[in-house]
Amino acid sequence: MPENDAKSVTPNARVYGAGHKLIGKNYVTADLYAKVTGQAKYAEDFHAEGMLFCKLLLSPLPHARVKHLDVRQALAMPGVKVILTADELPPPGDTLTDNGTVIRANPKSERALNMEPLYQGEPILAVAAVDELTAAEAIEKIRIEFEPLPFAVDPLETLRPGGPNPRTDGNIWVQPPTPPAVAGAPPPAPPPPTIGALKWTEAEFADAKSGRLPMGKTPDEWSYGDIDAGFKNAVLVLDETFVTPDTSHQPLETRSALSYWQNGKVYVHTGTQSTAQTVPAIARWLNIDVSKVVLISEYTGGGFGSKVTAGVSLIIPALLSKRANAPVMMRISREEETFIGRARPSLLGRMKVGFSKDGRIIALDMFVISNNGPYDANGDVPTSGRIVSLLYQPEAMHWRGVTVLTNTPPRSAQSSPGGLQGIVIMEPIVAKAARKLGLDQVAIRRINCPEGKAPFGPAVQGKRPYATSAFLKEALDRGAEQFKWSERVARTPKRVGTKVRGVGVSLSCYVGGTVGFDGLLVIKPDGRVNFQSGIGNLGTESVIDVHRAGAEVLGVPWEKCDVTWGDSSKNLPFTCVSGGSQTTHAMTRAAYATAMDARKKLQEIAAKKLGGQPDDYIVANERVSRKGGGAGMALAQAANYAIQLGGIYDGHEVSADLNGRTKASAAALAGQGLLAAAKDNYPRDGATFSYIASFAEVEVDVETGKYNIVDFLAYADVGSVIHPRSLGGQVLGRSVLGIGHAIGQKWVYDPHYGAMLSTRFYQSKPPTILDVPVDMQWAALDIPDPETPVGARGVGEPPVGGGCASILNALSDALGDEIFRRAPVNADTILTSLEAGHPMQHPLMAHI
Amino acid sequence: MTENDDAKMIEPPQSGLTRRDLIKGVILGGVAISSSSYLFRASTLAAQTSRGTGDRLLTINVNGQQRRADVMKQETLAWTLRHKLGLTGTKLGCDRAECGSCTVLIDGVPHYSCSVLTHTVRDKKVLTIEGLASPDGALHPVQQGVIDEQGFQCAFCMPGFIMAAVAFLKANPDPTRMELAQGLSGNLCRCQDYDKILTAMMRGAENMRSASRA
Repeated sequence: MPENDAKSVTPNARVYGAGHKLIGKNYVTADLYAKVTGQAKYAEDFHAEGMLFCKLLLSPLPHARVKHLDVRQALAMPGVKVILTADELPPPGDTLTDNGTVIRANPKSERALNMEPLYQGEPILAVAAVDELTAAEAIEKIRIEFEPLPFAVDPLETLRPGGPNPRTDGNIWVQPPTPPAVAGAPPPAPPPPTIGALKWTEAEFADAKSGRLPMGKTPDEWSYGDIDAGFKNAVLVLDETFVTPDTSHQPLETRSALSYWQNGKVYVHTGTQSTAQTVPAIARWLNIDVSKVVLISEYTGGGFGSKVTAGVSLIIPALLSKRANAPVMMRISREEETFIGRARPSLLGRMKVGFSKDGRIIALDMFVISNNGPYDANGDVPTSGRIVSLLYQPEAMHWRGVTVLTNTPPRSAQSSPGGLQGIVIMEPIVAKAARKLGLDQVAIRRINCPEGKAPFGPAVQGKRPYATSAFLKEALDRGAEQFKWSERVARTPKRVGTKVRGVGVSLSCYVGGTVGFDGLLVIKPDGRVNFQSGIGNLGTESVIDVHRAGAEVLGVPWEKCDVTWGDSSKNLPFTCVSGGSQTTHAMTRAAYATAMDARKKLQEIAAKKLGGQPDDYIVANERVSRKGGGAGMALAQAANYAIQLGGIYDGHEVSADLNGRTKASAAALAGQGLLAAAKDNYPRDGATFSYIASFAEVEVDVETGKYNIVDFLAYADVGSVIHPRSLGGQVLGRSVLGIGHAIGQKWVYDPHYGAMLSTRFYQSKPPTILDVPVDMQWAALDIPDPETPVGARGVGEPPVGGGCASILNALSDALGDEIFRRAPVNADTILTSLEAGHPMQHPLMAHI
Repeated sequence: MTENDDAKMIEPPQSGLTRRDLIKGVILGGVAISSSSYLFRASTLAAQTSRGTGDRLLTINVNGQQRRADVMKQETLAWTLRHKLGLTGTKLGCDRAECGSCTVLIDGVPHYSCSVLTHTVRDKKVLTIEGLASPDGALHPVQQGVIDEQGFQCAFCMPGFIMAAVAFLKANPDPTRMELAQGLSGNLCRCQDYDKILTAMMRGAENMRSASRA
């Protein structure tokens, strides 16, 4: 890292939010004082009187069946209260979707405990005792015998002819056919997926020997355009294999949970990415009614996709607590978190890409395999194809993929799931093509990148879906200018002594928002506005930020606003999960709709009380007043009138299109002031995505193989900026999460025992403050998305792929194309490959 | 720490617990050891069990107050703070000196409290995140820096970072961003919000300098 003598405090100062009072402005979030003084309570900080502690017995084997279990000695220990086994878990409940469809619970999905563990570290049973020492000692006293079963930790091994199956009945998920419709009855729901076996032939595996991904049959594929013609017309065709790492989410707060029961309700303290949506998840896992679940989660110590609706393991303390009739705390250690926490699946990818003379991608054949772990299929495989098709706009594309089950810990979405992998497989090929065609790296991306209502993926009912908007070209141009791209490229010499410099640029994008959620607010008789927030508090600050859009509409100063969050008993509205970068988009829309509902009600109240028509009144400066001056009233007074009027004004009647949970919350708050509740029904033409142009410079020491990231810039096309500081934190923070995939994070397995060798931070080290430049730069276009009223899109995922790929591209700029075929790239990768003149790490075997 | 220091800091065994057993115990599954007697009422029970730890009442100076606690020999300072003294601002992110979330100041020097035995701090002054603001509620300049710049995201790492920064800035009041990054490099932020953290801590340094000038 270069010595930087800059002492400026805020290198990223830029003014956003022109024309707004709150939107685009910095402010102090309401949760910060508690955080900074240590008063903020995360799950493990709670203490209930008479609380018991829980410890888990984890499987030592990657796949086994419990043959014999004897818990008598453990149960006889003083202080041991309850031992919970898989037999005592309630059957998982079905899912009732918001449109009333029932999704049947899949008996083959993950459960909290399992007598046939499918990965090393899977919980088999749990003990509750008066303290952790006793619980841990009880675990030691349990006699357990296993019957080892065949296992596979490598997705390719299980696809080989005669290869071991990770589950007794196969290695992939298959969708059984939906039974035929019966006349007069509603169409039957598709049955849950089941397990099947997929094996490829020896002939199909021939390529694997040379480090090229074998391409056998896959259950899923799609295509558009004439790919054969594209390859025929291409002046350059590259066919490359690239492999991305498995990476644990590693939130600093593990998935500890405290649970107790009161009056037939279960209370759960845990970290989650959604206060509102975790309640039905807990109800489903426990197979109880949602009204019986109270979730307290004011602060969550990181999630990154691993705590989308918390985790199924939280039912362990809940069930132990019920049996013991005492609160139970389950503290999860860092190693346990590696097993039962989540991880991003590795994607093994092969791309055949045809380029025209000017670098345009005219044909793309993409093939991906994921290492999914033993349970539900993640969306990384299909998503990778759609993201690549959007981000590089190939004129013709063929995509194939298969999600392969293995005896490794369960995966889940991690920031930019499938997006990071697709981008990281694609970008080195684009970089190589530019070198071969003699094109500038920014120019080749400029010619391929999406613009406007860019299409993506295969046609659905004859028409390809498209994005709401894309201004990525502008972000690329402005980013190149700010990064002084041309100057850096032209700078000579590239090598000084043993140090070689390289520059890299990457495109990046991901889904940037959903629609259709609810907002809820009350204007209190004291004139304060209370926003109800069902968003999880992950630290992105969207839990508070999005309501600034509502306050802006109402013309209320932020000092007069309160936000209620973090406790499902506090009457929260139906809210999206904070995953997939949905929240800023979805919940600013809901906040806007709700504020518009409040405004309409204020105008109506004013007209009723002061005469005239509602349209004669405007809402501003904490008042509703007649246009052009004259009669008016303060919001406080209007709130009092709302209570007098009742009905739709104080929440006793609400709109029929609201979600049931929003209605219940509104009913509980009714009569407290002017209540506004609205569903986001705004139209949207297209699917919402956000985009990033990422730039990096590295300096590689070719004698040691060590390299430093010298500079980094992420230029964001994420719609209107809501809160610059939290946006900057997301843009750079998620970039660094991606950078971790480039510079060192990975899982490593012992293939003989199926044992994971990277269970702690130091074995799969996330970037530290010294791994990244001390003055990273970010900027945002601040161009509103045309398809959403506030103009804001989500930001969490889009920077991740670009963070990783810009570093990889800078490395290949410095060292050439013959260094690596997989990420991460470590000093030994560089040294050994430089010496040999070709990539020394077998892409398909390096982490096994 | 030398062998001798170690021997001095640890009370002589009372119930057949050898030093070797104790060290083995600390190294073994940290969960089992570091969490042994959370509940006061459980301490009698713990004494009955085979570990034979024999709890001891001791007084430690935390945040300027003399605090008494029932502490086992193998108990870590992080555990005592969080579970005996109710100071849950100190976080456990790894319990193995990897992440720095549990950083507290011992006689003004940052330490990973997950890896310090409580018995070794009896004659020392411990400062945690809860003791940083003045009694009238005025924030420490470094805390104020976080407020000023919206530093950190999930903030689970924040108490550790702030304690490390407070100690570093006392010795190095006017650092460059690079120097400050070096000073904070023992702390991990998984939200990877390093740029904003550094900005907030630089603001904290500036606040500290203005406070000392005032």
